[in-house]
Amino acid sequence: MTSTAMPTAEQHGLVAHSDGAFVPVQTRSERFRSTNVDDFEPVNGREHEWKLSPVAAFADLTSGELDGSRLAIETTDAPGVTYSYLARDDARIGSAGIPEERASANAWSSFGEALLVSVTGEDEKTAVVTRSGLGDAPRAAHTVIEAAPNSRALVVLEGAGAARLSENVEIIVGDGASLTVVSLQEWDDEAVHLSSQFARLGRDSFLKHIVVSLGGKVVRVNPSTHLAEQGADIEALGLYFADAGQHLEQQVYVHHDAPHTKSRVTYKGALQGSGARTVWVGDVLIGQKATGTDSYEQNRNLVLTDGTRADSVPNLEIETGDIEGAGHASATGRFDDEQLFYLMSRGIREDEARRLVVRGFLTEIVQKIGSPELEARLTAAVEAELQGS
Amino acid sequence: MSVLEIKNLHVNVETEQGTREILRGVDLTINEGEIHAIMGPNGSGKSTLAYTIAGHPKYTVVDGEILFDGENVLEMSVDERARAGLFLAMQYPVEIPGVTVTNFLRTAKTAIDGEAPSVRTWVKDVRESMANLKMDKAFAERNVNEGFSGGEKKRNEILQLELLKPKFAVLDETDSGLDVDALKIVSEGVNRAKANTGLGVLLITHYTRILRYIKPDFVHVFVAGRIAEQGGPELADRLEEEGYDRYQVAEPASAPSVPAE
Repeated sequence: MTSTAMPTAEQHGLVAHSDGAFVPVQTRSERFRSTNVDDFEPVNGREHEWKLSPVAAFADLTSGELDGSRLAIETTDAPGVTYSYLARDDARIGSAGIPEERASANAWSSFGEALLVSVTGEDEKTAVVTRSGLGDAPRAAHTVIEAAPNSRALVVLEGAGAARLSENVEIIVGDGASLTVVSLQEWDDEAVHLSSQFARLGRDSFLKHIVVSLGGKVVRVNPSTHLAEQGADIEALGLYFADAGQHLEQQVYVHHDAPHTKSRVTYKGALQGSGARTVWVGDVLIGQKATGTDSYEQNRNLVLTDGTRADSVPNLEIETGDIEGAGHASATGRFDDEQLFYLMSRGIREDEARRLVVRGFLTEIVQKIGSPELEARLTAAVEAELQGS
Repeated sequence: MSVLEIKNLHVNVETEQGTREILRGVDLTINEGEIHAIMGPNGSGKSTLAYTIAGHPKYTVVDGEILFDGENVLEMSVDERARAGLFLAMQYPVEIPGVTVTNFLRTAKTAIDGEAPSVRTWVKDVRESMANLKMDKAFAERNVNEGFSGGEKKRNEILQLELLKPKFAVLDETDSGLDVDALKIVSEGVNRAKANTGLGVLLITHYTRILRYIKPDFVHVFVAGRIAEQGGPELADRLEEEGYDRYQVAEPASAPSVPAE
């Protein structure tokens, strides 16, 4: 399953280029793709998709052998939600998207069976898949979340404990379906998690995709959304909180590929402690067919201490002039000392004042999840991050 | 009875041009229940005095002391000063995105009292105080100062004054930028707080206008970082007529003598 465009030397980063003057060689949709790990050159860290990542910390996941057996998971039951496993040759596998980089391709080449989370029925329901205790050995996984036409559900994919995991997640949203997928990363301090998530949205369907990264040494979740049919609508949200020594990354891609499609991308992050590092890349491509597109993406970072680094790179490519709107915004700011003074001058202790401000900043994302239970849990998780300061 | 004493206060501020000496020996004693107006031209150091009392990190005290019932205020952190009973109504209140007025007020009240206020009386108190200040109920669910007009921000400051019940309040140009209706509403709030709790007030202003609504017991004229003259309410009347000109012609290092009538 290789795309027709053959890789060029530039795409593999073989030609030396300075980071500052790098000019993309193609539009985002023409980036080389393959499900076979051997089609990708070994990762050296200078490639555009890896240049902001600590590639040495997970060489095992990009080039080593991965254990592709079933992960130990826990699932919650809900009417209209079934869990099963798919063989590699199932037609659904690869229908939402295929790898653009080597860790993703390595997982694809290595997984044994794919976990299928199948959603049917128009009643609202919640399904939770918990992966924990994955151990320290490098592993591969493949998950397909399939929402039948006109179905509705909230699916939570959460990770905790130890892990060295490279995985692909495919999200197939049927015509008229309304699906929320939350990818929640609360791994242990030493865990590494690389996740490429591909969504294909059918006609007049809606996907709310939320990435919440709080725990793990390196967590890189890259959601790509293909707005393939007329009227498809994606709300992509992200919340991340990097502590000392943590690298939290998300490369978000939205491809408007049909008329009257809509996207809203909002990622917010906080950084605290020496070596806390975050990366957000937001690519939006409005293709020729995507007339009437309405698109807006933004990233906000709140820097709480010295010694942190937040990269924020919005990219917008527009191939048709006939759109409703397209915009992007990015801002990275320090903690505001005047806010702190104001709150403390009302008797509020410094640690609590900081919590109030950060909670306020991140609340916007949490409140959009649409599950009071999960919102309460995430609020508590953000609190715990703040307590750890 | 509580007392706030400021003795020989010298304060510097760091600017891009280097260190600037702003306060050059301020002496002031305020007893609980008294209203002291501090009046002076722009740049005389009035706001520096306000922020120094509250403990803003931008200002460095190089000499002198501030005592609150004999306790050294300068050794207290900003929040400790507030919990001890000091309050600063700011000239430019800060926006706190994502934090509602309700949440903020409850958090501050809990911090000041050391325990959460009883739900029933607290909700009633907040509602009453907001009604007194002619603040719409919707304010409670808005984020602190976010999108507030200048007048709304000042009312929100006085709302906090009424609810947090400090022993001393410094009002830093609370009157500036208010139309006459808002000025009356805010002044009534201050007078109400004083009637209810007997607090001492340090009222910092450039104009005499607010003194029609809040009657000072003492008036201090602030020039070039120190008190140039002090007296009773009649001094304010005189400033209204004559302005600050007669102070500024004098060398700030020595207090000018009052010209004979």
